[in-house]
Amino acid sequence: MTPVSQFLKDARVMAADLRHRKIIRTALGNYEIARDKRKASFQDWQGARQLAAETKWEAVNHLDKHLESFAAKLEARGTKVHWASTAEQAREIVLGIVKDKKASSVIKSKAMTSEEIHLNDALEHAGLKVVESDLGELIVQLRNEAPYHIVFPSMHLTRDEISELFQRELGSAPTNDPEELTMIARRALRKKYLTADIGITGANFAIAETGMISITENEGNARLTAALPKTMISLVGIEKVLPKLEDLALFLPMLATMGTGQALTCYNTMYGGPRQPGETDGPQEWHVVLLDNHRTELLADAEQRDALHCIRCGACLNVCPIFRNVGGHTYGTTYSGPIGSVITPHLRGLQDWKHLSSASSLCGACTETCPVKIDLHHHLLHNRRNAAKGKPSFFEKLTYKIFAMAASRPTLWKTGLALARIGQPIQRLVKGTALDPAKSWTKTRDLPPLAKESFKDWWRNRK
Amino acid sequence: MTITLFIPCFVDALFPRAGISMVQVLESLGHKVVCPEGLTCCGQPPFNSGYWDEARPVAAKVLEQLKGAEAVVIGSGSCGAMVKKFYPELFASRPEEETAKKVAARTWEFSDFLVSKLGVTDLGASFPHKVTFHDGCHGLRELGLKKPPRALLGAVKGLELVEMAEAETCCGFGGTFSAKFPMISTAMGEVKCASAKETNAEYIVSNDSSCLMHIQGLLSRQGSPLKTIHLAEVLSQK
Amino acid sequence: MTEREKILGRVREALQVSAHVPGTHGHSTAPSGASTPRHWLPKVGESIDEQLALFARNAAELKADFQLLNSAEEMRTALLSLRDKENWKRAATHSGQLTDAICPTLNLPLLRTDRTYDVEALEGCDAGISECDAIIAQTGTVLVTNRSAGGRALSVLPPHHVVLVRRNQLVADLPAAFMLVKEKYADKYPSMISFITGPSRTGDIERILVLGAHGPKKLSILCF
Repeated sequence: MTPVSQFLKDARVMAADLRHRKIIRTALGNYEIARDKRKASFQDWQGARQLAAETKWEAVNHLDKHLESFAAKLEARGTKVHWASTAEQAREIVLGIVKDKKASSVIKSKAMTSEEIHLNDALEHAGLKVVESDLGELIVQLRNEAPYHIVFPSMHLTRDEISELFQRELGSAPTNDPEELTMIARRALRKKYLTADIGITGANFAIAETGMISITENEGNARLTAALPKTMISLVGIEKVLPKLEDLALFLPMLATMGTGQALTCYNTMYGGPRQPGETDGPQEWHVVLLDNHRTELLADAEQRDALHCIRCGACLNVCPIFRNVGGHTYGTTYSGPIGSVITPHLRGLQDWKHLSSASSLCGACTETCPVKIDLHHHLLHNRRNAAKGKPSFFEKLTYKIFAMAASRPTLWKTGLALARIGQPIQRLVKGTALDPAKSWTKTRDLPPLAKESFKDWWRNRK
Repeated sequence: MTITLFIPCFVDALFPRAGISMVQVLESLGHKVVCPEGLTCCGQPPFNSGYWDEARPVAAKVLEQLKGAEAVVIGSGSCGAMVKKFYPELFASRPEEETAKKVAARTWEFSDFLVSKLGVTDLGASFPHKVTFHDGCHGLRELGLKKPPRALLGAVKGLELVEMAEAETCCGFGGTFSAKFPMISTAMGEVKCASAKETNAEYIVSNDSSCLMHIQGLLSRQGSPLKTIHLAEVLSQK
Repeated sequence: MTEREKILGRVREALQVSAHVPGTHGHSTAPSGASTPRHWLPKVGESIDEQLALFARNAAELKADFQLLNSAEEMRTALLSLRDKENWKRAATHSGQLTDAICPTLNLPLLRTDRTYDVEALEGCDAGISECDAIIAQTGTVLVTNRSAGGRALSVLPPHHVVLVRRNQLVADLPAAFMLVKEKYADKYPSMISFITGPSRTGDIERILVLGAHGPKKLSILCF
């Protein structure tokens, strides 16, 4: 099935799923209260947004300089830096390290880039046991599902569903108490941390000035992944760059505010190297894999370049009425919600993924909420324009040409309306059936009748 | 002053009373209103679908008719956004760009014109009902029109305004979106209707008839007694 | 050409066309550079007392156990109380001014993580006792590095993390904390710097807050 047919199929099911609608509404309702409290505690939230937008502009618009500094500082302290132009190269690099270390087990902390390059599949095909340590990621891994949301992977599940899952997959005792379920996961993962050969992480930010990555998490699983295994690998999208260490003083609280409604996430950790002389723990070897995978193409599109400013907070997903009604899985791709709809055409092909940009009412809630002021909903429009230019639909183009003609000629317009008035009673006869030209409307909604006297008629008759 | 009133295509065909009310309100304030025959559509449908080349001749024709206007008032937030925000982008680096910018500067959405340009909030209207207001997205976010409609409703005698939780959430119309993705459009509309019902209001008011068309379509199908009405119609009730 | 050269080449070529700064309506291509994070972050009181009170409030909200004490002796007593209340059998720590003075009085087997140590042994400890670089009033955060707090695992593997800190280690806000890191370590940074804000937690199950996901379930901050 093509991405667009799959999308339409899934959207049809999910949009009518009232149970799903309620679960998401409740989850996001709690998030909104916390988020708004945090925003209000800033001296000026809009001022913070502007500074964040400017800082990311500096980072991305001088990306070559910052990437060079980042890599140089890392290498100076013994980190091995790899550069991957494609997802395939990134997978090969990781597989190469894994083979070199003769590793059999991998523990992972949350990394959306690893989803993007389908790393888990590749590792499992190579015979490795891969364990997701983030609770939400573990849950969807056990269900053989993709993460539902970039920040809350298991937002769509109830405690009962998670309880059943753990009983089935972990052999745990029946309980649906969230605390007990969390402890079950904690115990199950303990041994994995201590025995894993390789720890794989992502990165929230890459600090150019000091050669560090910054990882944000609540659970502590990334800290353990970066402390215990002998070899550590971190996947870093090239756009994650921030110029200075102290830029984190702004970005960490903004990420926490918009991501989870916290003042600061529980653990924000900067890593600047493998185990250094004098240090008694941490990985002996650290590999940082810098991932391009079409990011340089998005960079080259100056109109949409600010989409690379994204700090992956998920706020745009949370406010998007489309996301809330169809859910994260319907998008059928790693990055969902408004940011996903904007960048997926660049990452995976415009013509195959333009439908995500069309499946929007352009309400602008995403742009309004984005902490780094990405012009999200206008980019959806830009994607539509680029898609139509690249591969116009004959039918749509013709329709709009006729429309343009009628709109430019008042007599044609009047005639069109008159014809529509004649057609109206006929339409009522076939309403809702396959013959109904307005079926996509009338299946669920009533159509208003054409006014007997249009405004223009009234205006004309006034004289 | 002489006000060039741009009545959107769907208001013309489906909700002329909203347009008529606008004329009545503006004339009652002592202004002259003109409605050029050739003003049919702002060109948003092809524009939103990405067919900018097809949208340009329609928009150019609109600019032709508006360029000499003293003041342009548009009877909908989405068409207002099209002229004020998107015409300059549509004609960027083209001969019509300057005209687009000049016209944009002299264009207001109806409620914004009354409150921000004329400084009027009390039109002597009377509408003794409980109402809730739906913020059309283009008006709200492209044009920043949260306050003007509420200021106007606040001055209407007997009117009780109750805000719904999802006032600012998109109703799901979105133009061609409502036909291309009807299941999502419907789900969004259902959320909006449910939120409106929670207020126990008798009417949903908005400054965008296209939103109201979609919301009313759902309410009627649901058999709900909740009614929809355009802001201008409320303001012309005595 | 290496992949590095290819990627940097593509970046340089892409950046030949400039993009406008968000929020400036296309009017400029360089940011104004007028403000710093401190302009926008939540305000913090000027006096030490106000800042300590703020830290205490934040710690309470985070469900961290913050105890403001008056002497090293009181800190010792507080640590012994924790040992008794939590029934510790084994603890882990590192060498430091405060830890050297106070931890031996616990009279427990003490694992030292600033020497070669066995991770399984650390996993068997009931508490990890460390010092820190600073505590941050604005957010209720404990700032540690693997140099100041006994390595990477001590402050995250055992189920109870205890921090021993002096009052004069309090800083007002996040910008001050980053300044401290830069001044203290001046380019010879430890390989791990961590901002710890409360005990470990998750909201992944129905957004219900649960403490002690993978990191410590309990965080005690003893300060004099």
